[in-house]
Amino acid sequence: MEIKVCGPGCPNCEKAQKTVEAAIAAKGVQVTVTKVTDFQDMAKLGIFSTPAVVIDGKVKCAGRAPKQSEVEAWIS
Amino acid sequence: MEPIQSSGRDCAIPVNGQVAAAKNVRWAKFGSIGLIGLAIWFVVYKQLEPFSIFFTYSLLGLEKGSQLGGAVQFFVYDTPKVMMLLTLIVFVVGMIRSFFTQARTRKYLAGKRETSGNVMAATLGVVTPFCSCSAVPLFIGFVQAGVPLGVTFSFLIAAPMINEIALVLLYGLLGWKVAAIYLVSGLVIAIVAGWIIGRLKLENWIEDWVQELRIAEVTVFEEKPTWHDRLEHGKQAVRDIVGKVWPYVVAGIAVGAAIHGFVPEDFMASIMGKEAWWSVPAAVVVGIPMYSNAAGIVPVVEALLGKGAALGTVLAFMMAVIALSLPEMIILRKVLKPPLIAVFIVVVGSGIIFTGYLFNFII
Repeated sequence: MEIKVCGPGCPNCEKAQKTVEAAIAAKGVQVTVTKVTDFQDMAKLGIFSTPAVVIDGKVKCAGRAPKQSEVEAWIS
Repeated sequence: MEPIQSSGRDCAIPVNGQVAAAKNVRWAKFGSIGLIGLAIWFVVYKQLEPFSIFFTYSLLGLEKGSQLGGAVQFFVYDTPKVMMLLTLIVFVVGMIRSFFTQARTRKYLAGKRETSGNVMAATLGVVTPFCSCSAVPLFIGFVQAGVPLGVTFSFLIAAPMINEIALVLLYGLLGWKVAAIYLVSGLVIAIVAGWIIGRLKLENWIEDWVQELRIAEVTVFEEKPTWHDRLEHGKQAVRDIVGKVWPYVVAGIAVGAAIHGFVPEDFMASIMGKEAWWSVPAAVVVGIPMYSNAAGIVPVVEALLGKGAALGTVLAFMMAVIALSLPEMIILRKVLKPPLIAVFIVVVGSGIIFTGYLFNFII
C-alpha cells in the first residue's frame, strides 16, 4: 500500500502527516508514506485543496486533516 | 500566522451509517443542548459590562475617569466579550462552511461569464472555506475548471478580505453600520478589481505549467457530510481557530486598551483624521506587508476610531492588513508571474484607497 500526504507544509498539513504516521504505527501495517509538497504533483493527483490524503491513487480526504480513526479504517 | 484560519474546515468528517430513530433522539438532544447553551451564553454576555465596571472601579479601586482605569476596564470588558462572540461565530460559520466546499464553488463558477461571474465569485469567496496556504491549489483548480482569470481573482480577493470573524467583531464592537460598510465595500472591491484584471487579459502571466495542466483531465474528489458531521465541523472549527487565535485577540485588545486609556482623545484626529488627506494611502501602504488575523486587528480598529481616527482611513488600514499579505504573495508566486502579482496588489490596493476616501468623504 502506498500513502501520499499532500500539503505545502502549513500546520494543518503537518497535522495530517502526523495523524497518518500514528495510524500506521497503531495498525502495524507495512506502507510507504510519501510527502507531496509540489503543487504540480498535487494537481496531477486531482488535489485542489490541502491537506489531502491519497491511498493507492485514490483521494481519501482533501481540504482537512483526517482523524486517526478514519485513517485506521482506510488502511486496514 | 495565516494557516490559523484554515484549520480543517473544508470537508466534514464522515460517520458510518446511523439508524434514523437514534438520529432523531440525537437531534432532540443536540437541539436542546444548543438552545440552553445559547441562553447561558446570552445571559453571561449581558453581565460583562457591569462586571468590568465593578471589577475595575470597586474591586481594584481605580479612580473613575483615570487613564489606567479606562485601559483596565476596556481590557476586562472586551477580552471576554470578543472571545465569546468569536466562539459563537466560529462555530456557526464552521457549520455553514460545510455546505460550501471548494469543489462545489469551483463547479458553480466554471463556465460563468465575466461580470455576473465576478459578482458570484466574490459572494462565494465570503462563505467558502479558504486559507492562503490553499490559495495555490485552489487557483490551479479554478484555472483547470475553466473559470475565467478575472472571476478567479474576484474570489481570491474576497476570500481573505471579507473575513467572517472581522465582520462579527465589527458588528459586536462598532455596530451594524460599520459591519455593513465593511461587507459591501469589500464585495465591491473584489468584484471591480476582478473585473478589471479580467479586462486586462493577463492570462499569459500565469505560470506555464498551470496553463499546460488545463488540458489534462482530472476527477474531483468530494465528500458528502451528514448533519452530525456539520456539527462536528463547527466544534472542530472552534477548537482549531479559537484555540489558536486567542493570544492574538488578547494582544490586540491589550494594544487597544493602551490606546484607549493613554492616548489623548483627539490624538488620532490629526494623523488619521479626515483632514489628513495622505493618511488613507499611508495606512494602506503600511498595512499591505503587515499580516494579522482579523481577530487581532479589530480591537485596535475600535480603539483608533474612539480616538478620532476617520472611519475610512481605519477601514482602509484594516482591509490592507487582512486582504493583502506578504506570505500570500510569496505563495502565489508559484503560479503567477511577478507582473500579475504586481497588478493584483496595485488594483486591490487602489480599490482599498478609493474606499477609504469614499467613506471619509460621506461620513
